[in-house]
Amino acid sequence: MTSAVSAADIAPTAYAWEIQATGLKVRAGRKRMAVDGLDLSLGIGVHGLLGPNGAGKTTLVRALATVLRPAEGTLELLGESAGGRGEHRALRRRIGYLPQEFGHYKRFTVREFVEYMAWLKEVPKAEIPAAVQRAVERVGLADRADDRLKSLSGGMVRRVGIAQAIVNDPTILLLDEPTAGLDPAQRLRFRELLQELGTDTCVLVSTHLVEDVAAACTDVVLLAEGRLVFQGTPDDLAAAGGPEHVGDSPLERGYSALLLNPAQERGTW
Amino acid sequence: MNQEHASEHASEHASEHASTRIIEGYAHGGTGLAADEVWAVEAHLEACRTCRDRLSAAVGAGVPAVASLVDTVWSRLEPQLAVTRTMPRRRRRPARLSRWMTPVMVPWLAMVVGVALLALLLDLADTGTGIGTGTGSNTGSGSGSGGVSLVLLFAPVLPVLGVAASWSRGLDPAYELTASAPRAGLQLVLRRTASVLGVVVPALLLGGWATGVMVAQWLLPCLACTAATLALGGVVGVTRAAVVLAAVWAAVVVAPTLATSRTAVALRTDGLPAWGLVLALGVGVVIARRGAYSVLETHR
Repeated sequence: MTSAVSAADIAPTAYAWEIQATGLKVRAGRKRMAVDGLDLSLGIGVHGLLGPNGAGKTTLVRALATVLRPAEGTLELLGESAGGRGEHRALRRRIGYLPQEFGHYKRFTVREFVEYMAWLKEVPKAEIPAAVQRAVERVGLADRADDRLKSLSGGMVRRVGIAQAIVNDPTILLLDEPTAGLDPAQRLRFRELLQELGTDTCVLVSTHLVEDVAAACTDVVLLAEGRLVFQGTPDDLAAAGGPEHVGDSPLERGYSALLLNPAQERGTW
Repeated sequence: MNQEHASEHASEHASEHASTRIIEGYAHGGTGLAADEVWAVEAHLEACRTCRDRLSAAVGAGVPAVASLVDTVWSRLEPQLAVTRTMPRRRRRPARLSRWMTPVMVPWLAMVVGVALLALLLDLADTGTGIGTGTGSNTGSGSGSGGVSLVLLFAPVLPVLGVAASWSRGLDPAYELTASAPRAGLQLVLRRTASVLGVVVPALLLGGWATGVMVAQWLLPCLACTAATLALGGVVGVTRAAVVLAAVWAAVVVAPTLATSRTAVALRTDGLPAWGLVLALGVGVVIARRGAYSVLETHR
């Protein structure tokens, strides 16, 4: 009989923050610095990453997933430096990532695809079937587990994406626009899942829906033109806005109030 | 298995089962039992089927509150269990195949094999007419009427196409997921390259054997081009590298060969040391830059 709790599970962490960036600069394409001197510290919890289009959200998430190398500055994930060369295998085993464009193989079944991803993530062979079953059940696809991906709706495919991201029980979970294509009921269920995951995982959710942040996030990170504009609780964000600012809810007003300065420099669009 | 063993073991020694008093007490919530008796009976119940059956009988007979609670839980679980697909006992074969190649590689590999077979057919047809009309003799080692073996001409570029398909942003929809996985990197690139070569080399072997071309004469350029694609791919992206190499191949080897109807210098046996050098260089660069394959850039 194996012990339910391993020594690694209860060992104290040797780092202060799961994600720590100082003066981080990341290039998108050849010239543009999409993330331009970002200082950010994120711990356990659900962090909502907000910002207008082109603020550098996707580039930041890719850098955190270690698929883009930082051009300058330091990036520490789980106490390990994620810059420079090297494959970061041990680090990547503890990261879950859902890209903005979730590409998949249409002829795979849900189970086959999540199994394949578990193999790519080097989940121990003996644990793969159970880990896949657990991940698929968590996103509510247990009844469709043996259906091919091409037969699923857009929202279900999105949930397969979330399932593959959590199949390796990551400590850092990066979700780039996970709620795109989910209907309101699925979105509610997804927020519950986020809160559940946020109790022991550092979850970073990039989104452009302010109401997602209000419902599920413990912390808001607001990005504009590659720089950190604001970091605090959703209540702090709401408090930043006044009645004179644009928006339908206190959060939206706070969002537009904080983005006012960069927006004036470049025009409203 | 452990439990079965334990229950067998327990049934042999009936005296080791929990007493009726303890089972009854446990069924009623364990309040009448000492703490160590509760621990002991719980540990025993986990391993002993006979005592679990006795416990459930005791609960059914004497404790309706617990029995109804269990029934409620089952009645809520059952509709969910009915639709849940249970996990398979064994993993299926396609899962093992996908470790070596992505589904998107299959049509490419089929095309590569098709081209190899077509080249072989043309070569054979050529040889036939060449002998018939008596115009076959020429310099070089080709067996075609023009002195050029199409198998020899195509051998080095065929795996390049396959390698491009195995590590390409445009062709592989899951490229970003793959690039972010711990297994991404040189090991996975080499796995997929090996599967490409595993398909291409037998096809070419057949072609080379049928047309009488020396094995080293096509195998070495073939491997050298594959290594060069990977080496260059670490810098500019595998797909771009494949395009560049195919273009260079067309300009340096295919065009002069077709223009002069003679086997190009590069493909004659005197060219073999040069191909060996390219292969060694390519392998060296790939190993030196092995960290480059785990980022998005190499997927271009």
